[in-house]
This record gives sequence, C-alpha cells and structure tokens, in this order.
Amino acid sequence: MTLSLYVPRRSVVHRLPAGAKLLALAVLAVVLFARPSLPVVGAALAGVLAVGLLLARLPVATLARQARTVLWWLVGLFVFHALFSDVATAAVTVLRLLALVLAAAVVTSTTRVTEMVAVIERLCAPLRLVGVRPARIGLVISMALRFIPVLAERADRIRQAQAARGGSARGVRGLRTTVTPLLVQLLQMAHTVSEALDARGADDVPPAGGRRAPAAG
Amino acid sequence: MKTRDLAYIALFAAIIAVLGTLPAVNIGPVPITAQTLGVMLAGSVLGARRGFLSVLLFLVLVAIGLPLLASGSGGLAVFAGATAGYLYSWPIAAFVIGWLTERFWSRYNVAWGVLFNVLGGMVVIYLIGVPVLAAVANLSLGAAVVSGALPFLIGDAIKAFLAAAIAAQVRRSYPVIERPRQALATR
Repeated sequence: MTLSLYVPRRSVVHRLPAGAKLLALAVLAVVLFARPSLPVVGAALAGVLAVGLLLARLPVATLARQARTVLWWLVGLFVFHALFSDVATAAVTVLRLLALVLAAAVVTSTTRVTEMVAVIERLCAPLRLVGVRPARIGLVISMALRFIPVLAERADRIRQAQAARGGSARGVRGLRTTVTPLLVQLLQMAHTVSEALDARGADDVPPAGGRRAPAAG
Repeated sequence: MKTRDLAYIALFAAIIAVLGTLPAVNIGPVPITAQTLGVMLAGSVLGARRGFLSVLLFLVLVAIGLPLLASGSGGLAVFAGATAGYLYSWPIAAFVIGWLTERFWSRYNVAWGVLFNVLGGMVVIYLIGVPVLAAVANLSLGAAVVSGALPFLIGDAIKAFLAAAIAAQVRRSYPVIERPRQALATR
C-alpha cells in the first residue's frame, strides 16, 4: 500500500513552503469561481500545467492519474451542459474543475506529508486558546498513519483465512464471529498503544514539577 | 482529551481508510463505497465528539495527500470536486449518529441503531452532498437527487443495518461510550 502521492524532485515548486502552496491553491479556487470565463479558466489551466510539468517536472502520468479519477465524470458533465445549456458553459464548467483538480494534484505531489502535518499543526495553533494542544494533533495524525498499514494487514489476513476455509463467515453470523471480535481487538490495541504512549510521557496534563529524574541506583 | 481517546480517534480514521480498499461500485458521479460504513461505525461506537473527530482526521489525511478514498484518489483535489459535499457531510453524520447513540445508550439495540444510522448516515449526508453536487456540477436539484442520492438508498440501508449490528455487539463486549454516571465516577 503506497501511502503517499508525493513525487520527489529538486524544483522551485518542491522547495516552496507548503503554506504558500496551499494559499495559492485557495486563491486560484476563489478566482476561478468568481470569474468563470473561458479566457480566465483556460489561462489558469495552462498555468497549472506549466507549473506542474515544466517547473516542478512532474511526470505527465502523475497528473494524468489524478485527472483520470474525475475524467469520465467531466465528460458526462460536458455532455449534460452541452445538451441543456450551451457549449461555452459546458467548457467553462469542465475546464474549471479540471484546473482545480490538477492544481491540487500539483500541490499534493510536490509537498511531503510531514510538511503538510507541520502546516496543520501551525494552522491549529490558535486552537490553543480553547485548550487544544497542536502537538496532540500531530500525535493523532501519526497514530492514524501507523494504524492504517496494521489494519490493512490484519484485514488481509482475515480475508486469506476465510478463503482457506471456503469463505464461510458471511452474513450476520460472520459479523458476530469475525468483524466484531476484530473491532474489539483493535479497540484493545488502541487502548494499549495509548497506555504505552502515556507511560512515555504523552499524557494530557504534564505532571506538576516536571519529569522526575530516574532514581540513582 | 486523553491519549486513549486520541488512539480511538486515530483507529477509526484508519478503519475508514482501510474500508476504502474494498472495491467501490461506480454508477453515476458518486461512487458507492464501504467507507460510509466506517463513518456510521465511528459515530455509533465512539459517540458524537470522538466520532466527529475521527472522521475529520480521516479527511485531514486525505487532504494532506494520502490516496485513501475508495477510488484511490486523495489530495486536495477531491475537496473541490463534485463529491466534495459528501466528504464534508461525513463528520457531521458521525456527530449526529454519535449524539443520538449517546442519548439512547442505556437502551441501544439494533433497531435504534438502524434508525440513528439512517438519520445521520443517510439523511444528513444526502442533505449536504446533493446540493453541493448540484452547485459544483451546475445540475438542477432534481438531476442531482437522481444521480447523487437514489442509487445509494439500498446500499446505505444495508450499511446502516450492518453498522448497527456491529455497534450493538461491541456495546455488549467492549463499550467505549460511557454512561453519564459512570463517566462522572471514573474521572
């Protein structure tokens, strides 16, 4: 399971701070929805492709893969609008979505997940005022990133075990014999992980007087 | 919030992610996926607050560029796409399901669970997802209902039942939502 859409390259786009890229993306979205005309949308699309392919030197396949997930939907949308409104509206609507999807793909492919997490922690800094610690947000994200491959592996093991027994555990009985025990196991695992983290000093309230030094033998 | 709560939140975000590896059925613009099952489970097992946060965390993971949605898509692109409304509705759905589940926790059973999952996991999701689909794709509301709500009714009803059945069993063997009085006593 590949867990990132990041494409490593040495480029100006890759070096830009993640926050700047996200801001640019937001500005682009606002502009495209405020001024939906063919020249604006066309220029935006050309600009996004230039930044992604020429500046960031992303492979065409990377952008194509991201575009493909929405491609047939864009085609359907184009046909719908060409039939019920006019071709110009159809073109603007479709190209606008395509430009935004590709721009987001460029940001995602040129920014490491860790950088994004750092941006999120920074964006969440004002939440300190309501008692949320940004470091806890970083912690919960890292935990989820760790759990995903663990879960994928367990689910796969169960699938194999069921296949080996001829796929017997189905229906409501399957829920009681497989899914629920698995979920309970996972909840217990999460509890154990949290205890381990707390034992290493991740608890909510730091102890008064700071961490105690280990007693000298 | 205790570290244990964070671990539960991370766990359900991961569960929703892994449910996305099950094959999705594509009919119309919005895919039918197993991920809404995870959204319903998050609400009915964790309750309102933690359920909401776990789905929110899942969306954050998608936004920072992990290809965790059922179609293998991810990144910021999906939050501008036609199905963005459904994604935004998920945390709210989990919250509504969790809130109702907590209110009726002492007599929670599969029947109540199905009702809550239908209210939070279907009504709320359609109420937010369909208008956004209509707006982003320039569709009429009627056309958006036909392509963005009707194809899901049966699948979502099955998921509402499954999630309720699982939640009722988990409630008996490993309840995560505490009764108000117990909660007071343990803190």
